[in-house]
Amino acid sequence: MARLSGLQRDVLALYRECLRAVREKPVNSQSHFRDFARDEFRKHLSVNKKDFATIEYLLRSGRRKLDRYRDPEIRDIHR
Amino acid sequence: MASTRALARLATRRTAVVRPAVSSFSRGLASVTDTHAREPVSKVAEKIVPDRAAEVVPESKTSTVREPTPGKDAKIKTFHIYRWNPDEPSAKPRMQTYTLDLNKTGPMMLDALIRIKNEVDPTLTFRRSCREGICGSCAMNIDGVNTLACLCRIPTDTSKESRIYPLPHMYVVKDLVPDMTLFYKQYRSIKPYLQRETPAPDGREYRQSKADRKKLDGLYECILCACCSTSCPSYWWNQEEYLGPAVLLQSYRWIADSRDEKKAERQDALNNSMSLYRCHTIMNCSRTCPKGLNPGLAIAEIKKSMAFA
Repeated sequence: MARLSGLQRDVLALYRECLRAVREKPVNSQSHFRDFARDEFRKHLSVNKKDFATIEYLLRSGRRKLDRYRDPEIRDIHR
Repeated sequence: MASTRALARLATRRTAVVRPAVSSFSRGLASVTDTHAREPVSKVAEKIVPDRAAEVVPESKTSTVREPTPGKDAKIKTFHIYRWNPDEPSAKPRMQTYTLDLNKTGPMMLDALIRIKNEVDPTLTFRRSCREGICGSCAMNIDGVNTLACLCRIPTDTSKESRIYPLPHMYVVKDLVPDMTLFYKQYRSIKPYLQRETPAPDGREYRQSKADRKKLDGLYECILCACCSTSCPSYWWNQEEYLGPAVLLQSYRWIADSRDEKKAERQDALNNSMSLYRCHTIMNCSRTCPKGLNPGLAIAEIKKSMAFA
């Protein structure tokens, strides 16, 4: 695999953290959370990899969202 | 790492904003023809409340106040406002231009913003609440100075154009709305509440001498609008570690409080190279404070109290 830039590694780290956070959710809703997380990333697939400002903004808002959805009170997610 | 790069880029983009506040910043009074609207609420309320017999005159029996026609004496002022929409993250932020007739607008910048939002462009986003400088919601960068839009008069000189930006070096949520998460987190970190173990001697409220109470004047008035913190270059470069003037002023408010018993702990928490000592007495904070407070002095007092502790 090609060497990744710091920003790319940040994105991957966030993605990994999201997938790990899914495992703390109740078993029967885990697939919902997983699909949601993957979809959130997929939505912005088209962002140019040199568009740092956008990627940094998306990273920040992604971390905020992760923090919010991590709340154990949130047990299921519907779209 | 990513965040430092973002800060560096912000720095280059916003250098125009850093230009020092001109001391002769004369903001004239914008004319409002309807002087009745400026009467205190109590005076109006007195007229309404006690006299229940007075019924509302139907509109058919009263005259109609017409909007002044935009004639020769229209005072058209141009506003350039920073716009950025998070729903299109890859679009660059832009400056949108609006023109308003000052004769139809209230005297303050917030009036202009509200009028733009109501009548011209409902997508313009900004925080506002009290419109009298007590909530600190409408802090923004107006003509290169951090201030509250509700306390800032519109310069009547219509040949000059006004430029409105969000608070510098804060992440933008949308348009003029900055992300204050870190600021509030820092405020939480100084424990802004009374810490006390021993009960009051007479079992009633904790008392204070007049002299002790006087020490809190100029500190308790802070409304945490973050104007000072975001005008401080030290805070721009070390936002993660340096607490910034607003939070340090609050910290001193509790250090100076005679009723608080955790003075030593509070000082100890600040005793490192970053939290407090990143203040290099640049004094942008005291210059910009829309409430006329002096965070620079408060920080100096903390330093002094720690030097002689």
